[in-house]
Amino acid sequence: MNTEAPPEVRLARNRVGVLAAMKGVFARDIKLAFRQRQDLLNPLLFFVMVVTLFPLGVSPEISFLSEAGAGILWVAALLSVLLSLDHLFRHDFDDGTLEQLVLQPQPLFLLILAKTVAHWMLTGLPLVLLTPVLGVMVHLDGNSIGVLCLTLLIGTPVLSLIGAIGAALTLGLRSAGVLLSLLVIPLYIPVLIFGTGTVAAASDGAAVGAYMALMGAFLMLALTLAPFAAAAALRISLSNG
Amino acid sequence: MTEPLLQAVNLQCERDKRILFRELSFSILPGTVTRVEGPNGSGKTTLLRILASLNDAWTGNINWCGAPVASQRETFLRNILYIGHRPGIKSLLTPTENLRALMAGRRPVSDIALRRALQGTGLAGYEDVPCCNLSAGQQRRVALARLLIADEPLWLLDEVFTAIDAEGVSALETLLHQRAVEGGAVLVTTHHNLELPGMQKLILGAGDAINEH
Repeated sequence: MNTEAPPEVRLARNRVGVLAAMKGVFARDIKLAFRQRQDLLNPLLFFVMVVTLFPLGVSPEISFLSEAGAGILWVAALLSVLLSLDHLFRHDFDDGTLEQLVLQPQPLFLLILAKTVAHWMLTGLPLVLLTPVLGVMVHLDGNSIGVLCLTLLIGTPVLSLIGAIGAALTLGLRSAGVLLSLLVIPLYIPVLIFGTGTVAAASDGAAVGAYMALMGAFLMLALTLAPFAAAAALRISLSNG
Repeated sequence: MTEPLLQAVNLQCERDKRILFRELSFSILPGTVTRVEGPNGSGKTTLLRILASLNDAWTGNINWCGAPVASQRETFLRNILYIGHRPGIKSLLTPTENLRALMAGRRPVSDIALRRALQGTGLAGYEDVPCCNLSAGQQRRVALARLLIADEPLWLLDEVFTAIDAEGVSALETLLHQRAVEGGAVLVTTHHNLELPGMQKLILGAGDAINEH
């Protein structure tokens, strides 16, 4: 035992603000993605390929494509986001970065929100930017393409946020892919219905304000609730890991 | 009598129908190095994860400076530094970027301090090489560079000596001892033959199987 006078304890005094910590998480994820560009391109290529399958596999008729185009693009975007979800936490879980994230003193749900925003900017946003090109390919008119882009702009963050819950829940499993899809797809259905419904209303010449408001409500709901759920799910997954 | 930094009372942890430990009580005083000992599978890593609040599958009480950890989570997390088996190093980032990302949520550190810490762990010249091009030992050293710029008083270090060469091991031993002298506390698990002056030992058994189930 120590017989000398006990040394004075110095507790950590430094605080890092929540915003600075979120920025740190966000910046690291963006930087990592650009070091691994193939992972950035894959969801986009998948999106393009799925959309291309419909004219080839169902019908190249203009009447069919302009009728079903918005739905095709929405489903393809949804599947593409789904495909990228497993990466959201998996690498961080494997190399221990996730443990360090959970041990940061800032509220975990805000750090997860920062991660999810980064995920959206790297997968959802490029899909939205690519949509006009594919919209022309499936013979959507200009007005529909505009509304479609807007619904995807509001809708894809919802997909990322809900997906984060599923990704966090299935983290402890060795092969999470299929289970993740089964968990998340039912939760995507309302967003899909209102997303495609908005475009249908727009092509009928109806007002889309109410639809857009509902999409916005989905986004707000997901923004405020999903990070909490994902944080709780992450703690459970790490506790078993 | 100094107040313990961390106090565990009647900890019990069960895993896969085995009791890893029960009625485990101990105090971590400032200025001490404690080595957790026990055979493989005795729950050393689990104990460290429980103390770092990463594992919830336990009963008992854990107090930080006299009050339950659960009631002061933020303060507690600001004051512990945990390095686990998986050290949290991204292989695509360089040591500097890794260290900066790890410190981003903890405290502001200047670039000069980051580089000095990396040089202090023997990574001079490798600061801007992606970690996937470094050896296993060098990658561990990136994580250990955190110890040189840490201001957290309690360190929980799981198998930190793994893949570190003899020179690095003795430097790390000195660092742990120095930390204790300065008033910090270190809890470490290792299979390396660690002997420091005044070191405490916490010995975990092989665990009793539960027969009732």
